[in-house]
Amino acid sequence: MRGIGKTFPGVRALDDVSLDLQAGEVHALVGENGAGKSTLMKILAGALTADAGEIAIDGKTVTIDSPRTAENLGIGMIYQEFNLVPALNAVDNIVLGNEPTNRVLLDERAARKRAEAAFAKLGITLPLTVETSRLSVAQQQMIEITKVLSRSARIIVMDEPTAALTDREITKLFEVIRTLKAGGAGLVYISHRLEELPDIADRVTVLRDGRVIETRAAKDFPADEIIRAMVGRRLESHFPELPPVAPDAPAVLTVRDLQRPPAVNGVSFQVRRGEIVGLAGLVGAGRTEIVRAIAGADVPKNGTIEVQDRVMHIRSPRDGIAGGFAFITEDRKAQGLVLGMTVRENVTLAHLQQFVQRDQLIDRRKEEETTREYIKQLDIRTPSSEQLVRNLSGGNQQKVVLAKWLLGNAKVFLFDEPTRGIDVGAKAEIYNLMIQLASGGAGIVMVSSELPEVLGMAHRILVIRGGKIVQEFDRAQATPDAVIAAATGAAA
Amino acid sequence: MRTYWLRVGAAVLVLVAVALVINVAAHGSFLQSGNVVRVLRQITYNFIMGVGETFVIITAGIDLSIGSLISLTGVVMALFANATGLHGFPLIVATLFVGLVVGGAAGFVNAVPVVKLNLPPFITTLAMMQIALGLSYILSGGQPVPVQSTDFQHTGYGSFPGTNIPVPVIWMVVVLVISSVLLMRTRFGRYVFAIGGNEEAARLAGISVGRVKTAVYVISGMCAGTVGFLYMSLFSSGSPQTATGNEMLNAIAAVVVGGTSLMGGRGAIIGTFFGALLIGFLDNAMNLLQINSYLQWVVLGVVILLAVVLEELRKRYFRRA
Repeated sequence: MRGIGKTFPGVRALDDVSLDLQAGEVHALVGENGAGKSTLMKILAGALTADAGEIAIDGKTVTIDSPRTAENLGIGMIYQEFNLVPALNAVDNIVLGNEPTNRVLLDERAARKRAEAAFAKLGITLPLTVETSRLSVAQQQMIEITKVLSRSARIIVMDEPTAALTDREITKLFEVIRTLKAGGAGLVYISHRLEELPDIADRVTVLRDGRVIETRAAKDFPADEIIRAMVGRRLESHFPELPPVAPDAPAVLTVRDLQRPPAVNGVSFQVRRGEIVGLAGLVGAGRTEIVRAIAGADVPKNGTIEVQDRVMHIRSPRDGIAGGFAFITEDRKAQGLVLGMTVRENVTLAHLQQFVQRDQLIDRRKEEETTREYIKQLDIRTPSSEQLVRNLSGGNQQKVVLAKWLLGNAKVFLFDEPTRGIDVGAKAEIYNLMIQLASGGAGIVMVSSELPEVLGMAHRILVIRGGKIVQEFDRAQATPDAVIAAATGAAA
Repeated sequence: MRTYWLRVGAAVLVLVAVALVINVAAHGSFLQSGNVVRVLRQITYNFIMGVGETFVIITAGIDLSIGSLISLTGVVMALFANATGLHGFPLIVATLFVGLVVGGAAGFVNAVPVVKLNLPPFITTLAMMQIALGLSYILSGGQPVPVQSTDFQHTGYGSFPGTNIPVPVIWMVVVLVISSVLLMRTRFGRYVFAIGGNEEAARLAGISVGRVKTAVYVISGMCAGTVGFLYMSLFSSGSPQTATGNEMLNAIAAVVVGGTSLMGGRGAIIGTFFGALLIGFLDNAMNLLQINSYLQWVVLGVVILLAVVLEELRKRYFRRA
């Protein structure tokens, strides 16, 4: 891949990226969330097309315009979410779309033979006739790998293959990978687990902000240097000043031993009046699940939650709201907004009881007035309160979500990725609003995958890995390297 | 709100235009006041069923059981009216109450698996359709149950005293007003739209999604109970054969022609009224013009298809603009 470029509206996702892969090599690709790894691999797999650059296989330039073309060129992808049909068994999944037949009927014996041969080649044994959904994640992954290989893939991309595996399963996976190498396949290996790279990778490439920072032989690239390359030097000046938390400020939120396996495994922390606590960690570390369990979006298995020293029994989002929580979800389109409703209807949705007249009808004029106030206060760019939210930009949609929760005078605000996918101007406004809320006495929990945001906007940073708090940093001590090291487990 | 009235105005214009064209074709017999009143009376049943269905469909659900529930509630009410010793107004009120309770209870049963187990309402209401039909045959012994009391003469047919407005039309207006206010002006109505538009966002906004969904199926069952009462009054009997199978489909057709989206989140009671009215116009016109009744089915099917296709095209055009 040479000089690959890709721009999404408002974001330059890839800028002049080049990557080469030898036969019989494992090439690791690392970078922070949003560095461009997935975009690059989607271009290789034909799921996206590049704006610039070219791809050559065996020295011949090729055009990959669809997943089908990629497959025909011998490119196989193994995503974190497998592409298996859960109700079919291993054999059926492997031959899916390419089933052997005797003219009319499926030839099950031939299918089975083909699958057995493919597994044998990799030294894999697993039950062939059990529904895939009843197999372990590791077994499903083996089926996925075998399936990709049985379509004669020579270039194999694995996205975080070890994320959900146990140590023993990882050892097995590495054996299979070595078999693949010996067979002459080239592998691109995406991983956040830096500690495993020396074991499995031949070369490592670091991506940051859509650019290649460095490519080096894995054995000469220690974890701390990889981290430095991933994080780089950044500007932090676009964050507003955080007012300090009063030394005697009482706790507004106390979480004790919160559990909701497998994602949340015993989390305890406090948030004080006026404090912003950042939850840092990798995708899948359990951050979102923690705030969901606090807000009542999911019901925790265990643990207590106190708001201003009162123990809350939260079994639903409704209880959470009554308990003083406002939960700003990460996916505003799927979870935060009713896109087919107007700005007004979305703003008042969670607190409609404030607008019910004595005769039980909704006071529409009061709704409109309140909505207009928020449109002005938050500078929401919309022609009127009657515009459908669907037609607003991402930043303005996010402000509608904020207005919805400001209406309730919540004591604790839970922000999950509050600035994802919105432009710089709107980001700054949202940061200022968070500071206003904190100054007004609220406690704030902020989940963010953007490291600068966590470092710049939180008084305290809790690093989450495996559904637990693995390290806590005060604002003053927190450095990008230290947080990343804690999040990836490279600290040891 | 302004768009709401704009669309109501547009629908009225379309209906007036259709009526004028039909009137010319029928040599002026269509728009005679007697005929217009007849159309309104005929669409009452379809409209009231459509009202309940509108609530359900806006939450992105469906209720297939309403036809059978008309039969079941009719039979139960007839049996009740014969068994009780009440007379006059108390008898009427008590009988209607029984019909609403039976219909509402069936709706509740429809909703439980949908709410608790997240089963598709298509299946649970399909099952209820069979159950209710079977029960209505069992309870009636397969024969119409004649109502002995004559107190129901004025609750389902004839005209409102001192006017020539048919009694069913009064029922229709009452249901239209109450259900419109409920859907457009109350918290419950707002939640119905929110759940159909984005159920997860509604849940996270603190809405008791299960309760609201249960309520819409109960409302739908009660609408069927109301229609059951009107038919029982009209025929002076409750019969398992009141619903032949087409009623539910016609009600859904009225809802959809009226612009309510089967995907949920969009719709209006007044739209269902216009949908029922359009279907009623065409039915009546084809009878006036003596069009072969088999062909009538074909024409109605084509009109339904046309209405939804036009609505979809309209939406796309405005989205681009």
